[in-house]
Amino acid sequence: MQIDILFITLMLLSSAAFFIGRQRASKIVQGQIQSLHSLPSFYGFFAAIWSGLPAILLLAAWVVFEPAIITNIVIANLPEHITSLGQSHVNLVVNDIHNLTLGNLTATEPSAEIIAAADQYKSLQATSHMLLTIFSLLLVFGFGLVSVRKIHPQLRARNVVEQVIKVFLFLCACIAILSTLGIVMSVLFESIRFFKMIPIDDFLFGLTWSPQTAMREDQVGSSGAFGAIPLFTGTLLISFIAMMVAVPVGLMSAIYLSEYASTKVRGIAKPLLEVLAGIPTVVYGFFAALTVAPLLRGAGISLGLDIASESALAAGLVMGIMIIPLVSSLSDDVINAVPQAMRDGAYGLGATKSETIRKVIFPAALPGIVGGILLAVSRALGETMIVVMAAGLAANLTANPLDAVTTVTVQIVTLLTGDQEFDSAKTLAAFALGLVLFVITLLLNVIALRVVRKYREQYE
Amino acid sequence: MNNQQADTAPRRAIDVINAGMDRRKRSEKRFQLLGKLSIALAIGFLAMLLGSIVSKGYGAFQQTYVKLDVHLDAAKIDAENLNKGNYSGVIKEGLRNMFPDVSGRREKRKLYSLVSQSAAYQLQAKVIEEPGLIGQAISIWVPADDEVDVFFKGHINRDIAEEDRRIKDNQIRWIDHFIEQNRIEKRFNTTFFNAGDSRNPESAGIWGAVVGSFYTLLVTLLLSFPVGVASAIYLEEFAPKNKFIDFIEVNINNLAAVPSIIFGLLGLAIFINFFGLPRSASFVGGLVLTLMTLPTIIISSRAALKSVPPSIKQAALGVGASPMQAIFYHVLPLAMPGILTGTILGMAQALGESAPLLMIGMVAFIVDIPAGIFDPSTVLPVQIFLWADSPERAFLERTSGAIMVLLGFLVLMNMVAVILRKQFERRW
Repeated sequence: MQIDILFITLMLLSSAAFFIGRQRASKIVQGQIQSLHSLPSFYGFFAAIWSGLPAILLLAAWVVFEPAIITNIVIANLPEHITSLGQSHVNLVVNDIHNLTLGNLTATEPSAEIIAAADQYKSLQATSHMLLTIFSLLLVFGFGLVSVRKIHPQLRARNVVEQVIKVFLFLCACIAILSTLGIVMSVLFESIRFFKMIPIDDFLFGLTWSPQTAMREDQVGSSGAFGAIPLFTGTLLISFIAMMVAVPVGLMSAIYLSEYASTKVRGIAKPLLEVLAGIPTVVYGFFAALTVAPLLRGAGISLGLDIASESALAAGLVMGIMIIPLVSSLSDDVINAVPQAMRDGAYGLGATKSETIRKVIFPAALPGIVGGILLAVSRALGETMIVVMAAGLAANLTANPLDAVTTVTVQIVTLLTGDQEFDSAKTLAAFALGLVLFVITLLLNVIALRVVRKYREQYE
Repeated sequence: MNNQQADTAPRRAIDVINAGMDRRKRSEKRFQLLGKLSIALAIGFLAMLLGSIVSKGYGAFQQTYVKLDVHLDAAKIDAENLNKGNYSGVIKEGLRNMFPDVSGRREKRKLYSLVSQSAAYQLQAKVIEEPGLIGQAISIWVPADDEVDVFFKGHINRDIAEEDRRIKDNQIRWIDHFIEQNRIEKRFNTTFFNAGDSRNPESAGIWGAVVGSFYTLLVTLLLSFPVGVASAIYLEEFAPKNKFIDFIEVNINNLAAVPSIIFGLLGLAIFINFFGLPRSASFVGGLVLTLMTLPTIIISSRAALKSVPPSIKQAALGVGASPMQAIFYHVLPLAMPGILTGTILGMAQALGESAPLLMIGMVAFIVDIPAGIFDPSTVLPVQIFLWADSPERAFLERTSGAIMVLLGFLVLMNMVAVILRKQFERRW
């Protein structure tokens, strides 16, 4: 039986168990449901969970482990002259076998052995599916029968059902941990493999970045250089330009909106600023590459400056625009959290509004604002689409904002898009860059969140 | 400011204050002006962004068509085998008949390039629909080539030197001839809305990407909504206070700020390389976006659950409901509008996301409309990214057009969220 049909069958059987359980509960007390411990539907859920859950778990485990086990059996049965060719060749053969079983075209005309292996794969798969069907149906009927027979008025069905739901809720909450774990594992393991090929200090402190490793040993530049300093400086340069735009504009907007603006102005300007936050980054990238960059280049030519068409300035400027709403909404929150009494105190001493803001509110809100800025920096470092579309590919080690620079995220994208083998230093380098990016943004976020929280507690 | 020294001449404090007043008032004004300027600047950027997109993209919704007189020669099109006919030959013949003075291979190729390569397919479709047309001379409107389209929309200045423009003098002469005879016109560009991607701008459309986005978001919604709400309920209502729960909360807050491209690396290493899921499939895209939107949904659902007054839950407990029943029958329905608002905003964010999808191979050039969640597909933002890279002027227009469609969807989703909040939000 097909896996999906089996799954639907199991679900149907388990819902049938629900109705049987409910029916049985009301029948056992002759319709006097007040003498039951729980409502009849809880007995139904009790039966449904007992009949469905074990079978579904078995099905899930089977689906996860079946391909690996069958593949291993098939490999073990491959003739000597194929297995002796080494791991990578066996992988290719296995790929062909998989393709054959799926009915796809294979890369090469399959040999008789491979066809035989594919047939074996198919027959193993059929047997395994049959076994799965039998086992899961046995589980459904067995557990369903036992659970229905267990139903009696003293059975605490509600407690059991609620406990199962609670466990489900808990598992859902744990997905957050799982995805963090997934991120750490995926970048860490590949990075460790990368650092086995390229020493970690060459990567972190090297000054040249040219990840093109050659096919042949004797080719020019065959080594490939993985010094990431130019990428780090490029990322920092663009982020710095972005912050030079976003911090003053965002902060002043927040101050004006929270301290000066009338409710009406605030009601119009605030949503407009938030629109900036809702625009997809790919749109900003398009804007940077096709509107801002040519504009800057034109302006540069008329001023006698040579501005690269993929200048850091264009990417940074547009990234700054994107980050304005982040800075302004975070600063808005912290400025509003400053107690009114502090303002009143300053006014009482005769300070003007701007003096109050500059000398009382701003210092009081500073930790929160710094936290917000750190979050914005982490956002700028990890921003991808704008730089992929508007920044360059060449790793120049420069601090000149008019030159083209490249960033960590740009390199991750260029190294990983398109087809390439998964084991080359080039591909693994992307994961090492990802690790650096993850660690740095994580640190910034942890510090920023802590600062913001501490600041909030101070005035609560 | 006004702390007087004892040894200076006896002046009253108010004089000192008054002396500085002008300066202070000026600086007050300057400060306010700075604030106004910042807001004007931010809104100006927004206007410039939208303005440049709209001014570049409005043309994408129209496509130039030209009218050709063609003779459906039975010698070129076999009535028995309509799929194999020489339809492009028929189109070329129609063009040659209009301009009999064109000679030479290069000239002719220039002439043929006036109409789109898709013209032959359109003719074929028409003939298959009405086989009776074979042997007759008919007039047919076919899409013009993208360069002609751009020229006819007025984006190419005919006064610049010939070598600096993509469309040459003789082509302009022919187009003028079409214009004189009323054989060229702009129509609503239906291809843009119902076709997949193509190398030819005039036959490229966003439908494939829209369908891909739909499947991806469907997977995201089906996974992230139940899981997100369940996590929120657990953390808000059932979680004990201990280190492990704190750890979960720290994780959720941090995940919300992890760069999106890192999620792409996770998708590539775990879903594709480890679990062997297919590349470019909207299913994998949906999984990655689920992990990205979960923190948003959990955080907003928790806020919605928290905003329901505790008295509701206590009343339910008081009449004998179990904590689980109190939450599922009383607290959750009241929190639902807030949860849905947060979910829609999370979905809007997922719709605009492209960086992680680049990592899992959703950047491929895909012509076919995906038919399911395991088919290779792309999404609207990635389609925009792909088109933005194309050199053709006509693709620039279509990129902006696709951006307008994407922004339209986002505005729609946000409006629904706002309406939902306005309609159902209760102040307790």
